[in-house]
Order: sequence, then structure tokens, then C-alpha cells
Amino acid sequence: MADESKAPQSPESLRPDVSGSSPAPSAKGASPSLPTRPGASAPLQVPLDNELSRRYRERFGAAILNALEDRKQSILIVDAAQLIEIARYSRDEEKFDLLEDYTAVDWPRREKRFDLVAQLYSFTHNMRVRLKIPLRADELPATLVPIWPAANWLEREIFDLFGITFRGHPNLKRILLPDEWQGHPLRKDYDILQQDIAWVQENLGIQSGQ
Amino acid sequence: MKILADTVHENAPQKTDTLFGSDELVINMGPQHPATHGVLRVKLKLDGERVVGSECVIGYLHRGVEKIAENRTYQQFAPYVDRMDYVSAVSNGLGYCEAVEKLLVVEAPPRARVIRTVLTELQRIASHLLWLGTHALDIGALTPLFYCMREREEVLKIFEKYCGARLTTHAFRIGGLQYEAYDTLEKDVERFCKNFEGRIQEYSDLLTGNSIWIGRTRNVGLLNSADCIALGVSGPVLRASGVKWDLRKAMPYAAYDQYKFEIPVGTRGDTYDRYMVRLEEMRQSRLICLQAIENIPAGPIMARVGKVLKPPVGEVYHAIEAPKGILGYYIVSDGSIQPYRVRIRPPSFINLQALDKMIRGHLVTDVVAIIGTLDIVLGEVDR
Repeated sequence: MADESKAPQSPESLRPDVSGSSPAPSAKGASPSLPTRPGASAPLQVPLDNELSRRYRERFGAAILNALEDRKQSILIVDAAQLIEIARYSRDEEKFDLLEDYTAVDWPRREKRFDLVAQLYSFTHNMRVRLKIPLRADELPATLVPIWPAANWLEREIFDLFGITFRGHPNLKRILLPDEWQGHPLRKDYDILQQDIAWVQENLGIQSGQ
Repeated sequence: MKILADTVHENAPQKTDTLFGSDELVINMGPQHPATHGVLRVKLKLDGERVVGSECVIGYLHRGVEKIAENRTYQQFAPYVDRMDYVSAVSNGLGYCEAVEKLLVVEAPPRARVIRTVLTELQRIASHLLWLGTHALDIGALTPLFYCMREREEVLKIFEKYCGARLTTHAFRIGGLQYEAYDTLEKDVERFCKNFEGRIQEYSDLLTGNSIWIGRTRNVGLLNSADCIALGVSGPVLRASGVKWDLRKAMPYAAYDQYKFEIPVGTRGDTYDRYMVRLEEMRQSRLICLQAIENIPAGPIMARVGKVLKPPVGEVYHAIEAPKGILGYYIVSDGSIQPYRVRIRPPSFINLQALDKMIRGHLVTDVVAIIGTLDIVLGEVDR
């Protein structure tokens, strides 16, 4: 960490607010700054319109907020209110039996601050789909543990690092950081040098961990 | 931590009428315990010698790798991924480089992809060898460790000759390879593979039919395929439970679609099956290496990527079959030179979740065997 000052720091305030969920920044996808990229003119993000997205839309209507394809990967943006129903349908009807990953992304300048991102895989169809669930900062999404037990630790990790609380989780407590730690490091307003100084001084007996 | 082991000892005789209390006992295994392969702490709830419940306490090695990623450029972050699963750094690097390449919509040239495949398969062999040696050591067989280390050394020597590093190699670059293969790479790999065939038979002779080994591993840590999938368990553990699934076949990356290899599967999903699956995987990796070095295509080793990488706005998820299971990278780009978010899907972290289910009902001694059979690396669990 010695070269901290040399590393290009780009505080959140300087970053453009790009969001994957609310109206897709599709055209922006093809950046002209990359002349070496083959087929730079083709947009990378396009609306997803295939059998899969049609079935979801038919079943859940307005709860499917948007369907996108980014670099040939399918993304469904879904309403947090119907998360459980959509997850159950994905597992039972669409055979997405593996919750491969479950994480979050922080967009502090958006009205819906967080995106929950679930990567689903289907052994039957050998395909993936990504569910993105936009959340307000004060919203409590339902836990996915009853659908995919794999969500247990993954949701604890999201809770730990983003401070998103899952409704109905059997054992929601910190997993990577110490239980008494204050703050959620993967939020964008948590600086890379920031730490829970009180905890560090009390438990490690040093002035600073940096 | 509610009760510590010694307080239970003090109180036990007072709480019960009998001399030897039959209360459940909570003890700590780790974080400093040689059989936990790092700083894993398992709180075990015991009834006599039998495990009735457990809880993993992790995070001792948490370095905030995902946070660091948001404060580095794409290239600067690449060496950090080597330090997650530090016994298979090459695999980690392959996953990261390919994910960023997908984000940039570039493809590594064929020559780079074949060399990547060779090195990644050698890394799988090295990782499985270390697993085999330490797993056997945990169970009480000291000898295999020395043999496994000897073979692993040969692989590390090849890495050292290729890129100068043995463990945290940073062997690949975004867009291809930094270094051209050294002159005798093919010869070295071939020599290793030729020797390795007999060597692997030696390990097999030491353990496969050994009645102590069978006694300690048969029907220990059973996990059926439905539980594996529900818990997200992947890699050799999933295959040992009878699921014939491997990302190298299901969604080929690098140059795996060009080579013939088998996916070994188990039937019972116990520790012995997982041992057999990993042993066979090493044999298959050896075959892949031999096929790959036979015909390494000529040509450039780097795709044309700029010195400054600014992936177009968007996101990508890319996963590879690392030695431990599905290693996935989910990267969000905001169009700047630094990733907006990098999420690493660590196989060890998610496989470790199955530990509680696997050790319930077993003896304390079996816990050691089951932690070993999961093949976790705490650097990756905690990131």
C-alpha cells in the first residue's frame, strides 16, 4: 500500500453516474476511444428480446423492469417486491438451479442506490441469466435462502460489505469483518483508507492499520 | 462466542450429577490449527466426540481485494488476483484477464490461448498435488506429501522459467501474454508429463487400496448432488457427487474446445470419491498438456489493446473452472480506466458453506479429513 498516493484515485464525485438498470445507456456502449476493438460500431448493450425474456414478461408483467443483453449476456432487471416469486419461478420453471453468485453494486447518486446482482446458471439448458434488483437505500429485500441455500453466506457478505439487510435471513451477521466493525467498506462513500479506528485501536492495540 | 471450552470444563461437574457430564461442549478448532489450511476457525458443538453442529468463523485474511480493485486500473489490479488462491495463481489470472478481455470485446490470439491452457493445466496439477499431499498428511499419511512436493516443484520450475515467479506468477496480461514461451517450454512440459504418468501411479499405489486410507475416507463427508447444487458447491466436490459437469466442457474458454479429455465423476460423494476424482483430473490435465504442446500455433501473443484500458460502459460475468471450482469475475465498467466494481466469485468460500452439512454426525477426527477434502484456500475464502 506504499504507493497509495501514486495510484490514480478517482473519488466517487468525479465518476460519471452510469447505471445498468434505469433506462439502459445502450448507445454509450460503443466507445470511440478504442480504435483497436473490432466491430466498434455495434452497440454492446441491446434490449433483450428472446423467448426467455418474453416468458418472464408474460408471467410477471411490470415486475420485469427491463431486459438487456450486454456483450451477449442476458440481464433481467426485476422489481424487488416480487423477488421471491421471480426467483422461485426461475428455479422451478426455468431450471436455473444454481445460484452461481449473488452480490451488489453501489450507485450512490441514483435514487435506487443499490443493485443486487444474481448470476443464475441452468444445468439443463447450459445457460446463464443475470438478475438485477434495484433497491432504495432503506429497502429490505427478501432473502433468497429458502430458494437457493447457497444465498446464505452470499447475503451475509452483502450485508457485511454493503449494509443491505435481508428480510427473513436465518443468521444475518457479518461474515468477513469483525462483528463489532462500524461501516460497510464496499459502499462508494467509504474511502479506501477509511477504517473503524476505534475498533483497530481497541482490538489490535495499534494506532492505525494503515 | 458464547461459551469457551475451558469454562465448560469448570462448570460441567457442578451442572450435572454424574462425574462425567453429558452436556454438549463447544470447542474451537483454529484459527491457528495445522489442519485448517490457514486461518479458519470452526466452532464445533460436540456431543462426546460427535459433531452436532458447527459454525465457521472466517475473515482473518480479509484484505478487501474487491475494494482495492475499484482504486486501481485494470492492469494494476491483475497481480492482486494471484494472491487470492495463492496456490493456483495462474488460474486466477486467466479468469481475470479473460473477463476484462470480454469487457473490452477483444480476444487473445490463438497462440496465447494455447500457452495459457498449458500453464493453467500445469497449475491445476500443482494445486491438486498440494491438496493431495496436505490432505493425506492431515489424515496421517506422511509419505505422499514429500512425493507431491517433488512433482509440484517441477511445475513451479516451469513457471519460474516462463515468467520468473513460482507462486504469485502474474503470468498473463490482459489481451494475451507478456512473455513469449521460452525455447524449451514444450520440452520441459513434455518431460514433466512423461515422468508424471508413473509418479501419479505411485501416489495411487500408496493410497488407493490402502485400508487405513479407505477407512478414513469412505462414507466420510457425504454430500449428494442435489445438496451440492443447492449450496452452490462446484469443482471436484460437485463431480464426486456424480454431476458430470465441468465449465471447460460446458462453456469452453481459452483453448479447451480443441482438446479431448474426460470429466471424472464419483458415485457416492464421499471423501474417497473426491480423492479419486482429483487424481483422475490430474491425469486428464496431463493429457491436455500433452495435446496442447504438440501443436502450439505460431503468431502474435498479444491482441491489440491500448496501453490505457478504458472498457466501454457495461458489465460482464466470466467464470472459469479453477482447480477448486467455479471462479467467476463480475466486472462493471463506467468507461473510466478503473473498474467501477469487481466482484470475485470465489469457489472456496462457497464450497466451505457445505462444511456444516458434511461434518454433522461425524467424529472430530473426521472434521480434519472433511476440511481437507473440500480443498479450501483461506486467501480466497476471505479475499
